[in-house]
Amino acid sequence: MLNDPARSTTLFEKLWDAHQVMPIAGGGLILIDRVLLHERTGGIALQTLAEAGRTVAAPDQVFATMDHVVDTLPGRADVTMMPTGTDFIRATRVQALAAGITLFDIGDPGQGIVHVISPEQAIVLPGVTLVCPDSHTCTQGAIGALAWGIGSTEAEHALATRTLRVLKPKTMRITVSGRLGRGVTAKDLALHILASYGASGGKGCIVEYAGQAVEALDVEARITLCNMATEFSAFSAIIAPDEKIFAYLKGRLYAPKGAAWHAAIAYWRTLRSDPDAAFDIELAVDAGSVAPSISWGTSPQDAIAIDGIVPADAAARPLDYMGVAAGAKVLGLPIDAAFIGSCTNARLSDLRRAAAILDGRHVAPGVRAICVPGSTAVKHAAEAEGLDQIFLAAGFEWRESGCSMCFFAGGESFGARERVVTSTNRNFESRQGPGTRSHLASPETVAASAIAGRIADPRTPER
Amino acid sequence: MRPFTVLTAVAAPLLRDNIDTDAIIPSREMTSVSKTGLADGLFAGWRYLGSATGGRDPDPGFVLNQAAYAGTQILLAGTNFGCGSSREHAAWALAEYGIRAIVAPSFNPIFYGNCIRNGIVPAVLAADRIARLASAVAPDPQRLRITIDLSAQAIVGPDGGTDAFPIAEEAREMLLGGLDAIDLTLKRSDDIARFIARDRTVRNWVYPTA
Ligand code: SF4
Repeated sequence: MLNDPARSTTLFEKLWDAHQVMPIAGGGLILIDRVLLHERTGGIALQTLAEAGRTVAAPDQVFATMDHVVDTLPGRADVTMMPTGTDFIRATRVQALAAGITLFDIGDPGQGIVHVISPEQAIVLPGVTLVCPDSHTCTQGAIGALAWGIGSTEAEHALATRTLRVLKPKTMRITVSGRLGRGVTAKDLALHILASYGASGGKGCIVEYAGQAVEALDVEARITLCNMATEFSAFSAIIAPDEKIFAYLKGRLYAPKGAAWHAAIAYWRTLRSDPDAAFDIELAVDAGSVAPSISWGTSPQDAIAIDGIVPADAAARPLDYMGVAAGAKVLGLPIDAAFIGSCTNARLSDLRRAAAILDGRHVAPGVRAICVPGSTAVKHAAEAEGLDQIFLAAGFEWRESGCSMCFFAGGESFGARERVVTSTNRNFESRQGPGTRSHLASPETVAASAIAGRIADPRTPER
Repeated sequence: MRPFTVLTAVAAPLLRDNIDTDAIIPSREMTSVSKTGLADGLFAGWRYLGSATGGRDPDPGFVLNQAAYAGTQILLAGTNFGCGSSREHAAWALAEYGIRAIVAPSFNPIFYGNCIRNGIVPAVLAADRIARLASAVAPDPQRLRITIDLSAQAIVGPDGGTDAFPIAEEAREMLLGGLDAIDLTLKRSDDIARFIARDRTVRNWVYPTA
């Protein structure tokens, strides 16, 4: 259990031991404290479970939202631009009701992208295990939880048994020393790590982010950093929870209250790797060497400094797909669209930083610019401080919350060969629509590029 | 689930790295709330000409469309196979198409788990060995077949050369027996209930009070 004085352990091992019902070959039967679902995969999991005559064992620990399929245009309803999207929405609604789980439906103030609403409502807490049939569940490790993405069949297992049979991942620590420079964000750090160690650099590991630069990040920036651990092929990511996390969670909807809060805090303060704990792999990153970054190719590892050059030895296929040249800059390339959204970078602090660049400026002619807040709560908070007016005055569309054009499901897209600077996390071929060219970057870089009409450095935005 | 013991089958090379789940089955091909009807969308972006606009004419350049590789049940792939979205549709589409084993230098961890739960053997093998297998079958893929022996954790090439591959004991047993993990775990319900009762005394704040 926790705090075995005889053994120095990592944060991950503490959480693993606290949740291991029994060992199994290569891993353990692990207690699952929270299951999150969305309409893209959750409806199928609940439906298959019901068809097999099984029930959800702990419905009060299961939460579902509508984010992936639902439209984000104002006035949206069950009908979607994605063909058959309505079927996903209705199946999830019917199954959630039958299973007795909490659903944040269209129109509910709690609706939003699953990984945004979970910290926001304190569904995820330090020290819990949380799973979701979605690869970006690693996002929530930023709160100090053991949170990871699973498939639908595993989701059925977690729902039916409150446990999962898990193969024990290797441990990796990435220590980020120093401090990030001016205009350099957690997104840039995530891209820098991917570029340095490759898209399979974290393969199968639980990655603990640590070090001075990570401690200095605010809660929402930590969430951004952990978000892209799946792009790194990691099992998941985690950051030891600290006072910033406790202050962030206090008073939120599902946070423990009263005596339970004090008991929780006392427990959470034990959640850190012992000073001499051994990791299977240790990596070190100097925060001072991180620049505002952007991807040039079709893997998230294809990232360079905003004013850097595409590698001279880059493969032909991504160069051709993206319409970029080896040995040349992407800085200054004309763009067709700008997108601020997704579980990576659409929280209130992201929108504030983008708005600071957009304030008093206007998107370049011919550029389609869209902002999709990460949750309905983010949207409302942004509107309360007038950010929507800044986005709208700058020529951005201001949308309802959802995954939107982070991924293409057959409905809305940017179009073939359109060049998009995007605050999302994946730049695979056709991720944002057939033939669409996606450049991953921070919300600041998206905003600065939207104004310039070409890929721009966020540290020197134009008029 | 169909148990997997020994399979001798046609193996097709898809030796690109980072083949992601969007490539395995594009999101636009997942149009029903169902685990079936997905084989047609497998690798749609590569398999069909003009697939983005609904085209369904086979692209003759894509390996699975070639007569020599008809009936492929084993894929030889590059590193980090199955990266990207957690969509289990990728595994469902592969299984429904008839793929029973994938040999790659590494797999995305979620995809790896999805393979095990859908009767597909994810065999990890060094890239140079995989390249050698691909060249060994190339002269006549229908005749020069590859054997995957799960009990022995061995991959046997057409020339009889054998490579061992690792797989966790639990995963191997589930694949060998075609076992349903939920049934296995439900047999432990009492242990789980006891564990939770004890956990509530340590971490009562985890449990919603409503
Ligand atoms: S915003 Fe994008 S990455 Fe995040 S959960 Fe939605 S589709 Fe996935």
